[in-house]
Amino acid sequence: MGITKLHGLAILVTAGITGAIWYHHPFSSASDQESTFSSEEGILLKTDLNETSPMLPRRQDVLVLTPWLAPIVWEDTFNRDILNAQYTQKNLVTGVVTFAVKKYVQFIEGFMSSANKYFLAGHQVNFYLFTDNPEQISHLQMAPENHLFVIPVRNYSQWQDISMSRMDIISRYIQSQFQYEVDYLYSIDIDVQLFEHIGVEIIDALVGTISSWQYTAHRESKSYETRTESQAAIPKGEGDFYYTASFYGGSVAEVYKLTRACFKGIVKDRENGIEARWHDESHLNKYFLYHKPTRLLSPEYCWEEELSRPRTIQVKRMCSVRKDGKK
Amino acid sequence: MISRKVLGSLVCLFVVTAFIWITVGNGKVHYLPYYLPCPEIFSMKLQYTEEKLIQLFPQRQDVLTVTPWLAPIIWEGTFNSEILDSAYRPLNLTIGVTAFAIGKYTRFVGRFLESAEKHFMKGYQVNYYIFTDNPETIPDVQLQPGRRFVIVPIKKYPSWQEISVRRMEAINKHIAEVSHREVDYLFCLDIDMVFCNAWGPETLGDIVAAIHPSYFNVPRSQFPYERRSSSSASIPDGEGDFYYGGAVFGGRVKKVYEFTKTCHMTILTDKANGIMAARQEESHLNRHFLSHKPSKVLSPEYLWDDSVPKPPEIHLIRFSIVD
Repeated sequence: MGITKLHGLAILVTAGITGAIWYHHPFSSASDQESTFSSEEGILLKTDLNETSPMLPRRQDVLVLTPWLAPIVWEDTFNRDILNAQYTQKNLVTGVVTFAVKKYVQFIEGFMSSANKYFLAGHQVNFYLFTDNPEQISHLQMAPENHLFVIPVRNYSQWQDISMSRMDIISRYIQSQFQYEVDYLYSIDIDVQLFEHIGVEIIDALVGTISSWQYTAHRESKSYETRTESQAAIPKGEGDFYYTASFYGGSVAEVYKLTRACFKGIVKDRENGIEARWHDESHLNKYFLYHKPTRLLSPEYCWEEELSRPRTIQVKRMCSVRKDGKK
Repeated sequence: MISRKVLGSLVCLFVVTAFIWITVGNGKVHYLPYYLPCPEIFSMKLQYTEEKLIQLFPQRQDVLTVTPWLAPIIWEGTFNSEILDSAYRPLNLTIGVTAFAIGKYTRFVGRFLESAEKHFMKGYQVNYYIFTDNPETIPDVQLQPGRRFVIVPIKKYPSWQEISVRRMEAINKHIAEVSHREVDYLFCLDIDMVFCNAWGPETLGDIVAAIHPSYFNVPRSQFPYERRSSSSASIPDGEGDFYYGGAVFGGRVKKVYEFTKTCHMTILTDKANGIMAARQEESHLNRHFLSHKPSKVLSPEYLWDDSVPKPPEIHLIRFSIVD
């Protein structure tokens, strides 16, 4: 039999009910993230704490606060909208320092395009790219609020030397240039790419990133320097976290102090004919032991691609793109 | 009689409706727990038995320890006093405390100061500023070296509500005239309370607020925010982070100056409009901290009321109202 009036009515009623449900319970979570932006104060009023129990912890599976009360930034511990509003109010500029020497120039394109898109999106970022091959850099499209500064630097025969001289170069350039151009400065390895937003939750006075090696069985890779002859030596039994040298930063003043101290240690070691186990990373860890970071970033912020991801890492924001096993 | 076709259509309609309702739920995003019922397996305690390299004592898993704007919430078990002391002691800080002892409240001063000498910022320089309309009744309390006691005379007000709303103005004025030169951090506390356990540098921050003991684990809809939109302290439904107590707040002296000024302005605005907020200055404080988030939040350990039954989340009471 054909479609009768009753069939038409049934279809209409179904459509009506479905429409009513859709309207009141949209499938996207957009309504949850709606925020009231007060123009006079500029800070979001709507919160995302649990309605029925505001004291409910959001992440129970990971440590979110160090014993010296520095927050450890994990997915779901922060509301970027609130942080953005606070950051914008202060009119801050953040800088990124990165080195692309010798064959590392191949990583520039991938890094710059992903960082341009995902690093502090919507805020002004100054990228300082140190390279020994400025001519080889193809034109990079930058977001309107970002700036790229290509700075020529000499190359070294050994990559460890490049790695260690980074500290010296950064501190010298902070003194001569960066302190006048940015408020916060982050040093990031070039051989990484960003896949998720890294936002203003990273902004604090002294920031270190927990190494992703900490989460694996590869104890070897995350050990501190223990030989007491080295300036980077950490006594047995001491140490809070193992930090990665691929991503660290903070206020310009704090990064200056850090890079100066690390480079002093590197030079002293060189004079004594010793090289720290993990080079500048060992010195960085020594510094962070006695100058505790004011904020820590979880391994989400610098994930080692070859490692298998545990459940606690819900998001991989920035990953290494090394193809070979060496740095 | 209803035909089979119609019956079939209606059943299908009902099934589809029920299905949609179940899957969508209440419309909020479901964050599926990423861990199984035994969270210890995945808990990153960062302890390695072979090397004993990195040891951290376990976090508190039962309470929120960081706000969504990444301000620490201070609970027992979240911090190591030794590390904090080693960071703060060398800075040679002076901590200020303001407390109002008006009328009969002067009888609380002795007990307040004695307990503060035992527990508050031990080993640091402390200035107590006792605001009173009755300086003669303030007892003399023996203080430890490096700690001072100053009486700040203020004028009498007719009612306790009036006194309460004038606190912000008095503190603000005093900072401008005196304490900005004398202290680095300032805490504004109620006088009818005692310190029971250590209150140390874990409480120092730019802008510090404390969570009210009666409202820390109740739904936000039950917070006694001022709701009348005619008040400048009003917070609409669905908004707000925590309910902060007016008996404890503080921070860097410059920041305290700024926010006491703002609060005083909103209090005056209400006065001009002939309205008094539900909880007087506490309502204005809550409104202020909603749009200017504190950089550090103290758990109710730092602002307790003995008449409230102690829940399991409260491990250590440090500062409490005593009858």
